[in-house]
Amino acid sequence: MDVVAKVKEIIVEELGVDENEVTMEASFIEDLGADSLDTVELIMKFEEEFDIDIDDEEAEKLTTVGKAIEYLKTKLAE
Amino acid sequence: MHVPEKILNNYDLEKIVDTSDEWIKIRTGMFERHIAADSEAASDIAYQAALKALDSAGIRAKELDMIIVASVTNDHAFPATACILQKLLGAREIPAFDISAGCSGWIYAANIAKQYIENGICSHILIIGVDLLSKIVNWSDRNTCVLFGDGAGATIISKAEPSDISCFIDSHISSDGSSYDLLIQPAGGSRQPASEKTVKDNLHTIYMEGNKIFKLAIRSMNDACHIVLKRNNMDIRSIDWLITHQANLRIIEALGKKLRIAEEKVIVNIEKYANTSAATIPIAMDEAIHLGKIRHGDLVLMATFGAGLTSGSLLIRY
Repeated sequence: MDVVAKVKEIIVEELGVDENEVTMEASFIEDLGADSLDTVELIMKFEEEFDIDIDDEEAEKLTTVGKAIEYLKTKLAE
Repeated sequence: MHVPEKILNNYDLEKIVDTSDEWIKIRTGMFERHIAADSEAASDIAYQAALKALDSAGIRAKELDMIIVASVTNDHAFPATACILQKLLGAREIPAFDISAGCSGWIYAANIAKQYIENGICSHILIIGVDLLSKIVNWSDRNTCVLFGDGAGATIISKAEPSDISCFIDSHISSDGSSYDLLIQPAGGSRQPASEKTVKDNLHTIYMEGNKIFKLAIRSMNDACHIVLKRNNMDIRSIDWLITHQANLRIIEALGKKLRIAEEKVIVNIEKYANTSAATIPIAMDEAIHLGKIRHGDLVLMATFGAGLTSGSLLIRY
């Protein structure tokens, strides 16, 4: 599975942003216009799509696209 | 249903805490909420709702076999608000008690009532979800004080006659105590009795971890709905109306999407009342019936979530 492409696709759909904006450095809140509830919904979507559990403390650290992708890659490799 | 007269809208709240109409609307879908007067307690609002329910059911208070009040803002720490209501209504000497299941209280009460009707002990049970959360919110916490309103919703659950179309099909209730501290009024009980310090530290008000609750609310209500649908071999497409606990429009929308139910089948009135805790579902149902949305024979699925953390669902044919 191409994690990067899948994550970007989810972000585009959930936050209603353009694919070009979804760079590795982009912050969900600062750059992609998400509010705190959007980030919760985004995490829920990752959990469902990848069939994993992301605990709340970990979730709070996933503030950028890159951090989310790194985390998910590691998690899926476990 | 009954709500206090006074209305507080988002613009009024802008004058009380650092918030804005836009912020509240985007994050919650709320605009107005009803706020009880200083002199009003839960039983006063519940009484008005109960009178309307009795009238609409064509039942006299003396015919009631049980009264169950679901609330977290009772008149007193004890006795039960249900007993005060029993006196106000002039009901007979019957079991009258309160349950504490947070916002899920009305569905918990309905679930309990169902058992007493089915086992033949009771013919008519009055259940009421009532909460005056305005009395216990921290009016300096902008993250919570904007979310709540006051109100009561009363329902009579009766033994069915052979000619009745309406029926109580099924209900599921559950709790997950492992996260009990995510939504709590910390002081005033035996853990932290009222003291000068508890008052100063605002411990008699609502404390909530909103983001965590948001996620658990969507998941638990989704699970609760699937449990009753599956148990009754029903598909979501056969449901005419979905009424969920009105805590946040974003939760309602996310749940509707997850359940794959058509948007127009989801009852929403959060913009008028905000979160009235145990009263949201009966208030929404009452309004939808009076607006002519819910009609006799319609299948209505309800889902709830609240402090505890409690959750539940209820499936009826109206």
